[in-house]
Amino acid sequence: MKRWDVIVVGGGHAGCEAAAAAARMGARVLLATHRRDTIGAMSCNPAIGGLGKGHLVREIDALDGIMARAIDRGGIQFRMLNRSKGPAVRGPRAQADRRLYAAAIQQLLAELPGLEITEGAVTDLQIEGGRCRGVIGSTGEALMADAVVLTTGTFLNGLIHIGEQRIPAGRVGEAPALGLSDRLIGAGLALGRLKTGTPARLDGRTIAWDRLEMQAGDDPPPPFSFLTTAITTPQIACGITETTPTTHAIIRANLSRSPMYSGQIASTGPRYCPSIEDKVVRFADRDRHQIFLEPEGLDDHTVYPNGISTSLPAEVQAAMIASIPGLEAATILRPGYAIEYDFVDPRELTPGLEVAKLPGLFLAGQINGTTGYEEAAAQGLMAGINAVLTPNGSPPFVLDRAEAYIGVMIDDLITRGTTEPYRMFTSRAEYRLSLRADNADQRLTDRGISVGCVGAARTDAYSGKRQALADARHRIQTTALSPTALATHGIEVNRDGLPRTALDVMRLPGMTREQLASAWPFVSEIAEPIWEQLSVDALYAGYLDRQEADIRAFRRDEALSLPPDLDVMAIGGLSAEIRQKLAAARPATLGAAGRIPGMTPAALVALLRFVRRADAA
Amino acid sequence: MDHGLALWFPAPASFTGEDVLELQGHGGRAVVAGVLEAVLAVDGVRLAEPGEFTRRAFDNHKLDLTEVEALADLIAAETAHQARLALQQGSGALSRQADAWRQRVIRLLAHAEAAIDFVDEPLPEDLAASALAEAAVLADDIERALDRSHRAERLRRGLQVAIVGPPNVGKSSLLNRLAERDVAIVSPVAGTTRDVVEVHLDLNGWPVTLADTAGLRDTVDPVEQEGVRRSAARMASADLVLLLRDASATIAGDVITPPGPVIHVATKIDLAASPPGWLGVSSATGAGLAGLLAEIEDHAARLLETGSDPSFGRERHRYALGDAVAALRRATVAALPELAAEDLRHAAHALGRIAGRVDVEDLLDVVFSEFCIGK
Repeated sequence: MKRWDVIVVGGGHAGCEAAAAAARMGARVLLATHRRDTIGAMSCNPAIGGLGKGHLVREIDALDGIMARAIDRGGIQFRMLNRSKGPAVRGPRAQADRRLYAAAIQQLLAELPGLEITEGAVTDLQIEGGRCRGVIGSTGEALMADAVVLTTGTFLNGLIHIGEQRIPAGRVGEAPALGLSDRLIGAGLALGRLKTGTPARLDGRTIAWDRLEMQAGDDPPPPFSFLTTAITTPQIACGITETTPTTHAIIRANLSRSPMYSGQIASTGPRYCPSIEDKVVRFADRDRHQIFLEPEGLDDHTVYPNGISTSLPAEVQAAMIASIPGLEAATILRPGYAIEYDFVDPRELTPGLEVAKLPGLFLAGQINGTTGYEEAAAQGLMAGINAVLTPNGSPPFVLDRAEAYIGVMIDDLITRGTTEPYRMFTSRAEYRLSLRADNADQRLTDRGISVGCVGAARTDAYSGKRQALADARHRIQTTALSPTALATHGIEVNRDGLPRTALDVMRLPGMTREQLASAWPFVSEIAEPIWEQLSVDALYAGYLDRQEADIRAFRRDEALSLPPDLDVMAIGGLSAEIRQKLAAARPATLGAAGRIPGMTPAALVALLRFVRRADAA
Repeated sequence: MDHGLALWFPAPASFTGEDVLELQGHGGRAVVAGVLEAVLAVDGVRLAEPGEFTRRAFDNHKLDLTEVEALADLIAAETAHQARLALQQGSGALSRQADAWRQRVIRLLAHAEAAIDFVDEPLPEDLAASALAEAAVLADDIERALDRSHRAERLRRGLQVAIVGPPNVGKSSLLNRLAERDVAIVSPVAGTTRDVVEVHLDLNGWPVTLADTAGLRDTVDPVEQEGVRRSAARMASADLVLLLRDASATIAGDVITPPGPVIHVATKIDLAASPPGWLGVSSATGAGLAGLLAEIEDHAARLLETGSDPSFGRERHRYALGDAVAALRRATVAALPELAAEDLRHAAHALGRIAGRVDVEDLLDVVFSEFCIGK
C-alpha cells in the first residue's frame, strides 16, 4: 500500500496551492485529479485579481504560493484598479490566456520535488479511529496519508442547469464527485447547497470589434508577484458593449424557463455576481447593463462576455446575445449555465481549516462556501501548510484579521458561516489601511519563512528588501534638522527650535521627494520600491496610529482563548439561541465569539468566565 | 398560610423572556417569610441575585443596554419628570434613535465603500461626494441631540442651585427655610458654614438640589479657606445661582457675577426694604419665599425640559455621540476616499456602541440592494 504525507483531492486553484505548499515544506504529496490536463483550469472568467482578490493573490505570493507567478506568465492584460485612490484600496487585476495560465501552473507544480500527480476519481475517504487516513480511488484502491485536503470545487454532487435541462457534472463535460457528500454527512458534518453560474462563450471571429469601445491595460503592466520584475507576455485590449431594452424584453418573456425562477434551483447564488436574469428582475428600472468582452487567449478565438451569466435555455441565450450591439452575428461556442453544488458549513472547521469532527481532513475552496479563484487558492495554501504541520502535533499556522485578508476570510468563514458564495472585498477588512497589496511581503513572508513554506529564492530576495527597508526607516526617523536649517531648503515649519526628522517633514502635506532630498540628499538614493513603502506609511500616518490602537484592542480579545471542549450548556445566563450559535461556530477566542452574528454583550460577559488566558494555557 | 393570587407569565412574553410565576400575598413579615420558606424548599428554587431579573431580560433580548440603564434610572427616579425621562428612554427610544443614525451612517459608508470596491461597475458618479455631504448633515443632527442630552443629564441628577453671597448674608437661614428643616448650622458668627450643605427639593416634579456655600471672603483660617474654595467651585459648576445680599447692609466692593443664570435675592427684608431689581425675602417672616420658589421652578422647567425627543442622559451615551460626530466631521475633510470610509466606519461603531451592535454584513446588504453590481 502506498503512503504519502498529504493527499490533495482536486486540481483547481485550491488544490494546486495546497499541493504546492505542502511540497515546498518538504512533504511527499499526491495530487489526485480527474484529468491531468485540466490542472490550473479557469472554469469561469479568464481573470485573476481585483479589489480584495488582488490583495489575496499578493498574500499568496508573499507565502511563496504559485498563483501570482502563474498569472504573471499567463496574463494578457494587467490593470491596477483604483489607481486614483490610496494604496490600501488599490488592487491588481489581470486577464489571462487560459492555456498559458494552466501551463504555467502545471510547470510550477512540475518543478516541485516530492509532488506526484495521479489521474482518477476519489470516491470515498479512508476513516480509522475517528481520523481521516486517506482516500479510496475509483478502482477501489486505498491511498493512505497523514492528512487529506479536499478541494472539490463545484464537483460535489454538481448539477448543471441550462433552461429546463439538468446535467450531473462538476464542469461542462466533466463528471461530478458523488459519494463523498454522503461520507461527510455520515461524519456528522452540516452540508448546504450553493449555486453559481457562467455566461455563454462566443467566437471572437464573429464579433464586430470595430464597432465596440475598447479598453487597454496599464502600460507598463503591473505584475502580481514580488519576484516578477517585468511582464513579457504580449498584451491585448478588451471590448465593451451593453445589453439593450430588446435584450431585457427577451429575458422577461422567458423568465419562467430560467431554472432560478421556475423553482428548479432553490439554492442561493452570489449577490455580487448575479445572472443577467437577476439583474433585469431586481433592477427593473435600468435599460442597459455593461458587458466586457474578454478574449480567453492570444491564439484562442473564445471570448468570455463578462456580465451576462445565465441559465436560460440555449435558444433564448442565442436570441438574447443577438440583441446586443456588436454581437448580432456572434456564434455561441458553448451556452452559459448555472451549477448547483454541495458545500460544507465552514463553521465545522478549525482556524487551521481542519474538520473539527474529522481530524486529518482539511477543506479548501468552494467546498467551504466561497467563490473565486483567489479565495480558493488562499484557502488551499493554508490547508496545505496545516496538513503538513498538525499531524506532527505542531500548532496550526493561523493568520489573524489584523495580519492578512487570508485571516479575515478564514475567520469570517469559521465564525460566521455563509449563506451565499463568499467573496472577498476590501470592505470586509477592518484593518484595511494596514493590509495592503503593496506590503503583503512585509506582513507575511517572515511568517512563511518560519513555518517553512517559503523557498530559498524568495527568502533571499525578501531578506534584502527587509534590510533595505529597515535601514531607510531608521534613517528617516533619526536624521533631523532645525526649523532654520530646513528653511534654507525652502521647507517652512513652525520656528520653535525643535529639530524635525525626515519622517516628520515627509508627513507635511504636499511635500515632494525632491524637496526632501534637497534637505537630506540620501533620500534620492533610496530605491524606488523602498521609497514607495515609506511614502505610504507617511500618507496614512495618523490613521495608522489609530488603527494600531484598534489592533491592540482586537489582539487583547484574541488572546482570551476559549477551551475547545467548552460546554455551552454549562454556561449560565445564555439564551437558547446564543447557545446554538456558539455550538455551531465553536469560537476559539472571546474575540471570535464577539464576531458571531447576533452575539450580545451580556453573552460575552457570561463567556468571559470560561476564558483561558493564552499565557496561562 | 395566606390567601393570595398566583399569576403565570409564560415565556417568551414575560418580562424576562422566561416562564415567570408571580405570587401575590397580603404582606406582613410572617406571611412573607412563610411563603419564601415554602417556595425555597422546592428543589431548584433559589433567591434571585440583585438585578437578576433585569439581567435575564437583557440576556434574552427583552431589554437592550439603554433600556437596562433606563430601568435603573426609573428605580432611582425621585421626581415625576425624572421618572418620565426614564420611561421615555426605557421604551427603547434611545436605541431606536441611535440605530436610526447608525443606519444612516451605514448607508453612507456603503456608498463610500461601493465607490471603492466596485470601480468597474456603473455606479452614480457623485456617490462618494454626496455621501460625505450627507455625513456633515448627520453630524449636525447628532450635535443637536448632544445639546439636548445635557438637559437630560441635568434632569437625571437634578438642577444644581448654588446659594452664594458674602458671609452672614443669611444663606444658611434661607436654605433652612426652603428646606423647612435644620440642615445647616446657623449662627450669627460670620464664616460658620465651612462646607457645602445640600438640600434636595421636588418643585412640581422638577428635581432641584440647593447647595449652601461658605461665604465668599478673604480669610486666613485654612479650614474656612477650603470652604471658600469649594463654594467657588460649586458656583462655577452650578446650573443656577442664588446671589444673596443683605437688604439692610450697604454693599462693600463688587457684586460677584457668576457665569450662568442668576437670581438676585435680597435677604432680611423684615429689617430693610429690598433694593430695586432684587427679589426680596425674609427667612424670619417667610415673606417672598413662595415667589423665590416659583422663580426657581421657572428656571428648572426652562433648563431641564427635554421635550418629547429622546435624550441621551448618560455620560456613556454622550461620549459615543461625541466620538461619532468627530469621526463624521473628519470624514468630510479626509484626503482620500479610503480614509473617509475609515472615519465613517468609526462613526458607525461609535453609534453601535450605544445599543451594542455593529456588523459588516449590514454594509454589504445596502450595497447589493441599491446597486446593480457584478458581472
